[in-house]
Amino acid sequence: MGLHMKRWTVNPETWGAVVSILGFVLLWYILTAVLKLPRFDKLPNPVAVFSAWLSPHPQFGLSIFTRGYYLDILYSVGRVLAAFVLATVLGVGLGLLMGWSRVFFDYSFPLVETLRPIPPIAWIPLAVLVLPTAELGVIFITFIAAFFATVLNTLLGVRSIDEVYFRAASCLGSRPRDVFWNVVVPGALPAIFTGLQVAMGIAWISLVAGEMIAGQRGLGYLIYEDYSNLQFVNIVIGMATLGLLGYGSSALVRMLGRRLMAWEGRRRGGAMA
Amino acid sequence: MSTVRRNFGEFQVTGLTHAYGGVPVLEDCSLEVPRGKLTVLVGPSGCGKTTLINILAGYEAPAGGRVLLDGQPVGGPGPDRLVVFQETALFPWMTVEQNVAFGCRVRGMPAGEMRERVQAVLVKVGLSDFQAKYPSQLSGGMQRRAELARAMVNDPKVLMLDEPFRGLDAMTRSIMQEFYVGLFEEVGRTNLFITHDLEEAVFLADRLLIMTYRPGRIKEVIEVDLPRPRTFQVMATQRYNDIRQHALELLFEEASKAFEAGSKAAFDLVDGLARAAGRQ
Repeated sequence: MGLHMKRWTVNPETWGAVVSILGFVLLWYILTAVLKLPRFDKLPNPVAVFSAWLSPHPQFGLSIFTRGYYLDILYSVGRVLAAFVLATVLGVGLGLLMGWSRVFFDYSFPLVETLRPIPPIAWIPLAVLVLPTAELGVIFITFIAAFFATVLNTLLGVRSIDEVYFRAASCLGSRPRDVFWNVVVPGALPAIFTGLQVAMGIAWISLVAGEMIAGQRGLGYLIYEDYSNLQFVNIVIGMATLGLLGYGSSALVRMLGRRLMAWEGRRRGGAMA
Repeated sequence: MSTVRRNFGEFQVTGLTHAYGGVPVLEDCSLEVPRGKLTVLVGPSGCGKTTLINILAGYEAPAGGRVLLDGQPVGGPGPDRLVVFQETALFPWMTVEQNVAFGCRVRGMPAGEMRERVQAVLVKVGLSDFQAKYPSQLSGGMQRRAELARAMVNDPKVLMLDEPFRGLDAMTRSIMQEFYVGLFEEVGRTNLFITHDLEEAVFLADRLLIMTYRPGRIKEVIEVDLPRPRTFQVMATQRYNDIRQHALELLFEEASKAFEAGSKAAFDLVDGLARAAGRQ
């Protein structure tokens, strides 16, 4: 009996994920294919979307069997990866410096706070104007908001470190750089990873905006192209793909965080975007 | 009684004055922390005990007065005068072993010597089997022992402890007191121990310093001549009770002053002292 129970017990988190996503698809199906509510009947229903998505010979030219689909995914993933790595390196670096040095903070914080609220889309014209290629423009757009989220969370992380750790480190004979590497960096790590998860989400959002306006290829570009061609099934495939990639990339960041912070108890909340 | 070995230090503090925002915390506070003795400083909450330790440790510079360690003025914080803090200050991101090794590592001790010393101290505090654990995986008592180990491994001239057993449950606290007094008796290092728990103070001390309530200075020095090694049996002796009673009367005066000054913490202390007196 015990063995059978074990076999059939699904971990509650997996169960929750399956129920919520299937529930959403079911609601979508009922609204678009069963009830056919006014205006909802124009939306592609899930059966049409999934059969196109999985078809070897898709009616609208996009499925898991077409080369173009993977090319678009590859472009988007590559851009997000480049932007995210850049945002992490520069954002964590700047955030640590701002938290570490009062003088540096006084000079940099007002500027960061002024630039931070400017939406990524507003940067597009200047990015295209200044950067040598459209590709770099899209990466910059993807980078910029993720960068600010990383800076701010890293800064808050350093600020949240209890004074007693600094005192302990200094009386045990630490030089400033020992304090930096042994107190500031690990102490800020939980908040840094909260920031990186937020940054990853923002990167995908900004990426699509960038690709729609300035890009060649990529999922945002795919959605925009199919909008011009009124191929709504493809748009939904593009959206669903973005959702899955976003989910997967955040999960990777979470996993990396858990590995680096074995000392942390499970689960913490709160983030600043 | 312990013998004085190695180069343990001694503090001479004269005329220390300090204030926060115009409120005098210490005024003309003079005291000695003699070599190889366990000096316990006891006083009502808010009397400036922690300020005094912060000054001795070098975290704060006093507004006036002099602090000499073996005749030399003290500067900033350093590993010759280590503090064991009220709240646990173990780095949560390091294992017990990494925490204990920290001081030796940042001062560049060779790896082999460091490993030897760290392991010896871990054995002494009974944490060898827990050295790979993180602080959050330890009980309160184990955390305090790890903290003692992290300080002791550096062989400081003076060890200062700021209410180190606060927040432990009564049983763990008693066990830690006996454990700590055993460590002290074995090594004979100069110790300055701060507490507002009078029974703990008398049980541990060679010398008991009673502090006045604001501005803080030393009201009286009581030599505690209870025999060592000490165990909890000493608390049943007449001598222990006489010393405790004498200290209680002195403290009660100060706590009442604090009470009149309207401090909530002081009210709690008066309340506690009154109950302790009643139990006698």
